[in-house]
Amino acid sequence: MAASLYGPEEAQSAFWIYLEHEQRALERVSLELLSKARALADAAGWRVAGLLLGHRVEPMVEDAFAWGADEVWVADHPLLEPFTVEAHTAIAFQAILRGRPSVFLCGATPNGRDLAGRLAVRLRTGLTADCTDLRLDLEKGGVLIGEVTGFGGGIVALITMPNHRPQMATVRPGVFPLATPQRGRTGVVIPLEVDLHPEALRTRVVERVVGRGVDLTQAPVLVVGGRGIHGRFDLLQELASLLGGEVGATRPPVDEGWIDRERQVGQTGVVCRPKVALVCGASGAFQFVVGIQNAGTVIAINTDPEAPIFEFADYGVVGDALQVIPALIEALRAERVMA
Amino acid sequence: MWPTGMSPDGREWHFVVCMKVVPKPEEVRVDPETRRLDRAGARSEINPPDMNALEMALQLKDRFGGRVSILSMGPPFFEPYLRVGLAMGADHIYLLSDRKFGGADTLATTYTLARGIQKLGPVDLVFCGEESSDGATGQVPPGLAEWLDFSQITLVTRVELDPMRRVVRGRRERPGGYEILEVPLPAVISVKTGCNEPRFMDYRLKPWAFAPERVTVWSASDLEVDETFVGTAGSPTQVSGLAQAPSRERKRIRLEGTPEEIARVLAERLRELLR
Repeated sequence: MAASLYGPEEAQSAFWIYLEHEQRALERVSLELLSKARALADAAGWRVAGLLLGHRVEPMVEDAFAWGADEVWVADHPLLEPFTVEAHTAIAFQAILRGRPSVFLCGATPNGRDLAGRLAVRLRTGLTADCTDLRLDLEKGGVLIGEVTGFGGGIVALITMPNHRPQMATVRPGVFPLATPQRGRTGVVIPLEVDLHPEALRTRVVERVVGRGVDLTQAPVLVVGGRGIHGRFDLLQELASLLGGEVGATRPPVDEGWIDRERQVGQTGVVCRPKVALVCGASGAFQFVVGIQNAGTVIAINTDPEAPIFEFADYGVVGDALQVIPALIEALRAERVMA
Repeated sequence: MWPTGMSPDGREWHFVVCMKVVPKPEEVRVDPETRRLDRAGARSEINPPDMNALEMALQLKDRFGGRVSILSMGPPFFEPYLRVGLAMGADHIYLLSDRKFGGADTLATTYTLARGIQKLGPVDLVFCGEESSDGATGQVPPGLAEWLDFSQITLVTRVELDPMRRVVRGRRERPGGYEILEVPLPAVISVKTGCNEPRFMDYRLKPWAFAPERVTVWSASDLEVDETFVGTAGSPTQVSGLAQAPSRERKRIRLEGTPEEIARVLAERLRELLR
């Protein structure tokens, strides 16, 4: 078997987190990863380090410490801002060979995936993508166990790479809860030398429009529509607005073009943890259910009494969502008037 | 305007589309012995995002000429599915097929595909679907670009080719925004799912598409691969176990009544839950 550039015996007992940032603030997914790594590291006696690449990134170091980093490795250079895959891969690669972490984690975001995909090949190591949970097997000398779904039938696979380091994994936003930050917590800043030349960077960023996308992972209420609502997302939107929530969808309505793909919930979409998920006209395919399994309460409405979705629901309504939802909108409006 | 069909170094444009045949997601099982995906019982289809990748390549061929090659790694049964791509307008299929390639993870898959692309000769653009519906990780395109030392633009909804400057410009979608990135050729482009409407196959092309000579099969020895980098042997990751997905115990209470009665109960529950 082909070996990684360094092996388990040369690896340091440390979790490294690639810290993504936008407009001078760390992305939430990076803080979620720091939170999770901190908990795993405390149980194992390991260290947590953040890798922060960009330009004028110093103010974000404090947040990395507050969310659990013991060290922040910082590369500060104009060519690292905005993100280009060549520049970030080159510097991350050098830093990893210097620090030799046992584990390297990225958010499963557009930039995180681009970086992880390149880095894993350059380091000749494995990459467990889209983990839904992470554990550390200390008996085997610190083997990372990445849990991934996608096998159908409610089965998850436990993926490991016992002989390769760093053990790379990506995790989607919203999978891990955020820890409470410890303000005033400090650590060590390790500056990285940046030897980049503009001509070595192939990507030219011609235009860049940053916006706040829909963030279903933070919605307190999620109203999800499946095939059975026949495209009536206007109704779901009305309900979601009344409840202060957002609208999501299963895959079929997205494929039909009834709703934006960024609102797709599930394995190939977004993983959410709302207080309440109200699922309308969805059969309950496993690929979808993984997206709402962390919801506080699940309410399902479906015409088919045998639909699997009822197995995953706290409250099940056998009926037509297109009749129940308008009635529910009426009832909520009436309540509001009374109050 | 550059002469149609020629890339700036005087040869034909060559666009490669990486495609994969996947089991329909709802029909996949896990083999309890090998703990690998068991596709045998499931019906298959071309990975839907790869159809968007093919369409993007065919649009460039419509405009600039040249040829479109379909590249795939998998067992021989992939062939008839991939031939649909020929009937849509692609020129040839290269299928990397060998038992030694089986059980490949991202590292081994990207290595093998990269060897295939190197064997194809000069290539201008390599298109991939955003992700595969059975792996859903989107890690192949950047890994492939790394092995090949190509530039990359991922999650692209539109491309423009500038033949004179030999660069490609792509609109890369990001949550809530986008980037326009420009990279030199050759490049790997991952195509955003659903960004275009894949054309129907041309039934007149079907007999041509199903002729034996449209498909070239390459084995491990044809590709001259380093065998420690392919298949299970070349895969750092392994499935060390399977577990039941942890799921929160649900109350599973059925609510009955007219829509109005149910609505009243739900409204009350929602008020309690969201207090």
